Amino acid sequence: MLNTLTLKKALDKIAKKELTAKQIIDDVKAEIEKRNGELNAYLTLNDNDTEIGNLENTTLKGLPIAVKDNICTRDLRTTASSTVLDDFKPQYDATISTKLKNAGGYIIGKTNLDAWAHGSSTETSQYGRTLNPRNLEHLPGGSSGGSAAAVAADLCIAALGTETAGSIRQPSAWCGVVGLKPTYGRCSRYGVIAMASSTDSPGPIAKTVEDAAIMLNTIAGHDPYDGTTTTKETPDFTSYLNQDIKGMKIGVIYTELEGLEDVSKILLDQVKVFEKLGATVETVKAMDPHHSIGVYTIVQRGEVSSNLGRFDGIRYGNDRSHFGHEAKNRIMLGTYTLSKGYADQYYNTAQKVRTLYIEDYKRLFEKYDVLISLTSPGFAKKIGASEGSAMFGELEDMLVEPSSIAGLPGISVPCYHDKETNLYLGMNIMAPMYREDLVIKVGDAYEKNSNWNSWRNK
Amino acid sequence: MKKDYHLVCGMEVHAELKTESKMFCGCKNDPFGAKEPNIHTCPVCLGMPGALPVANKKAIEWTIKLGLALNCKINLFSKFDRKNYYYPDLPKAYQISQYDLPFCYGGVLETSFGPVGITRIHLEEDTGKLLHKNVDGKDLSLIDFNRSSVPLIEIVTEPDIKSPEQAKEYAKNLRDIIRYLNIGDCDMEQGGMRLEANISLQEDGVEGLPSYKTEVKNINSFRFMEQAIKFEMERQAEILDANGIPPQETRGWDAKKGITFAQRTKEDAADYRYFPDPDLAPIHLTEEFINKLKAELPELPVQICERWQKVFGVETRFSSLMFSLPSEAEWLEKLFVLAQNKNLDSNKLAGSIVNKKFTFNFGDAPEEILKKFAELGQTDEIKDDDLLDAIKKVIANNGDALAKYKAGQTQLLNFFFGQTMKELGKKVDVAQLRKLLETELGK
Repeated sequence: MLNTLTLKKALDKIAKKELTAKQIIDDVKAEIEKRNGELNAYLTLNDNDTEIGNLENTTLKGLPIAVKDNICTRDLRTTASSTVLDDFKPQYDATISTKLKNAGGYIIGKTNLDAWAHGSSTETSQYGRTLNPRNLEHLPGGSSGGSAAAVAADLCIAALGTETAGSIRQPSAWCGVVGLKPTYGRCSRYGVIAMASSTDSPGPIAKTVEDAAIMLNTIAGHDPYDGTTTTKETPDFTSYLNQDIKGMKIGVIYTELEGLEDVSKILLDQVKVFEKLGATVETVKAMDPHHSIGVYTIVQRGEVSSNLGRFDGIRYGNDRSHFGHEAKNRIMLGTYTLSKGYADQYYNTAQKVRTLYIEDYKRLFEKYDVLISLTSPGFAKKIGASEGSAMFGELEDMLVEPSSIAGLPGISVPCYHDKETNLYLGMNIMAPMYREDLVIKVGDAYEKNSNWNSWRNK
Repeated sequence: MKKDYHLVCGMEVHAELKTESKMFCGCKNDPFGAKEPNIHTCPVCLGMPGALPVANKKAIEWTIKLGLALNCKINLFSKFDRKNYYYPDLPKAYQISQYDLPFCYGGVLETSFGPVGITRIHLEEDTGKLLHKNVDGKDLSLIDFNRSSVPLIEIVTEPDIKSPEQAKEYAKNLRDIIRYLNIGDCDMEQGGMRLEANISLQEDGVEGLPSYKTEVKNINSFRFMEQAIKFEMERQAEILDANGIPPQETRGWDAKKGITFAQRTKEDAADYRYFPDPDLAPIHLTEEFINKLKAELPELPVQICERWQKVFGVETRFSSLMFSLPSEAEWLEKLFVLAQNKNLDSNKLAGSIVNKKFTFNFGDAPEEILKKFAELGQTDEIKDDDLLDAIKKVIANNGDALAKYKAGQTQLLNFFFGQTMKELGKKVDVAQLRKLLETELGK
């Protein structure tokens, strides 16, 4: 059962020579063998065993890491969960794949997602939906549903996902794991199959905040191949663990929203943990997140329609008839909103509202160190819930969308467990741009002073 | 009814920049020198999934330098936009270009027919190249991406061009400046420079722009462009004379037939769905940066010629034909300084060089050139017209000798030679006189 180890514990045991990465990989593989048929978390497994071993002196010591299937991995099939790329084996590694490998991570396999990362359920994957390991009648969320499920079911030690608006945090909340969405520009997008280029942010999905910090250390930093990455120095994110949060100012937002009464009550109860730790906590009104649905829908569809143009049937084997319903929908909507005569009405207006969100956060961060909300308006939805609901994802992601379009970092940590359904709620902690240190510090303090993390209880 | 019209013409010129690497990736920028197709490629210029562009700083600097040389204003805030369209030679299905905030705008290029306003200069990436070939009995379309993402500038003018000749001169001057700045080779045959003209006619006496225009694309020589505009002027005048309006359309140029032909009408004009490229951060430039580029700008040919006129007395009708690169201008300057020090006539020297009185290479020792010049003998600079007048006078006064000459006494050429020298009273360039005299006597 070595697959149930957290990254931190596994690293410690390898360092003490109590275990080898190979032993852990064997257990992870055995578990995948046992459960992936049912869960469908992985689309492709890495059968290149020559990469295993002799990595004891690296950061990740050869431990098995799951990688979302929209992140290019050299010679390892990368589909973005669309049959358009059914046979696509990239000739190059994404920068974060390179960094992961250089840090001694072993890419154990490629995880399922909503096709092209369009969705919040993994139900739009053209390779079938992933199930939530916590409750098989429920969805894992998405688009990084495969990675979140793989972590929750101990089918890996940690995982990489990507978020455009909720795609790391929402499935992490639904699967009861930790998801860290870094600042836009903190981690390179080079080699990540583009969805909405102005918000795509790769980041870790892990068992604990500590594990997420270790993972972020390995993939963050400036990339000469991505002009939108920051040139700021990358701090050691693990140095913000186990810190005192006394005196910190915390603003709680979105609790007044209609329909969220029950879950908001839970959140307001949970933030009392911070008061006990000496922080001040206030509920505060932020700009209504409902507008972000419109902003995100227009900006994201516009960018999608342009980004998917390259799959024109000339290369990559399969033609455009392979695009699924959701992708076609988004391409058409995006093409329309960017068209002559409509760009001003839609795209440019959406960009202006986006600026309003950025300004609203600036205003709030003048008063608060971090802002906290629920990650998702509720527990994981039942399978089939997304079908026929064109705006499913946008509604499920509403609480994280404003911070995504503003480029802010955020972390989702489990903040409630429903015994009856075995499902979780996630708490979303947000900070100003490039302040991942704050979300790690506050998230870690919460995790260690609450009882919701299923690995801490083991 | 036949009316009188005048040409209203603006031009769009594309030119590839000769930076070391491509516009948005590190691949070698050498599409014409590549020994095989698709060797200068990478995930970025192949448009692979996930690949991202990073802008080439040098190309941005060079674009601005050209703008400064053409008296443009520079946008201190600029950005790249995506121009979305499908074509097999465009691997991303969008071209990274500049839409509403080009690097340069509002400049001017002088021609001998008057100034031509420069509307804008923007920077974009070139496309790949399609080759239609028969391979093993199969008709195939092949794609070579060596040219994909090569930096390309587009220079757009105001509708200031008033004649086909002015269009030709404008394009030539532009090419000369690009070459002089050493930022592009402008090889027309290879497609390193491509010309487009927007052509319409306005009735004489009518104010404002015409209600239509035709765009003639893909012209790959100055001569063809002149011909295309002439052809369009005639074609459009015929339509206007019949009280019609030429349709708004894009036309191609058939060099073999010497005609333009309809390619695309306004109805199926593309909607490029421009939007700012989210992969490339907007570009903020500073006055300091612009000033630094300005300081790096070489003295331009027009300025050099004006200065040489003042300092060395070299007429611009000579100097403007003498050099096309800064290194050549530097060499000539050294030559003129040396000539001046030796009290030689620099203008005559320039004339001898332009008229190819002796052969030389740029880089030859200036002393050697002056030696060759001295060997020509000191002759006065005489215009062909003056010489011709004198010859005609001599011939008219010597009808007798002319008749004998025509009867076969060719040695009489020396007689006419002497007479003409006497008539002019100047030291004449022997070669020049002999040529003209023979022509006239042969008539």
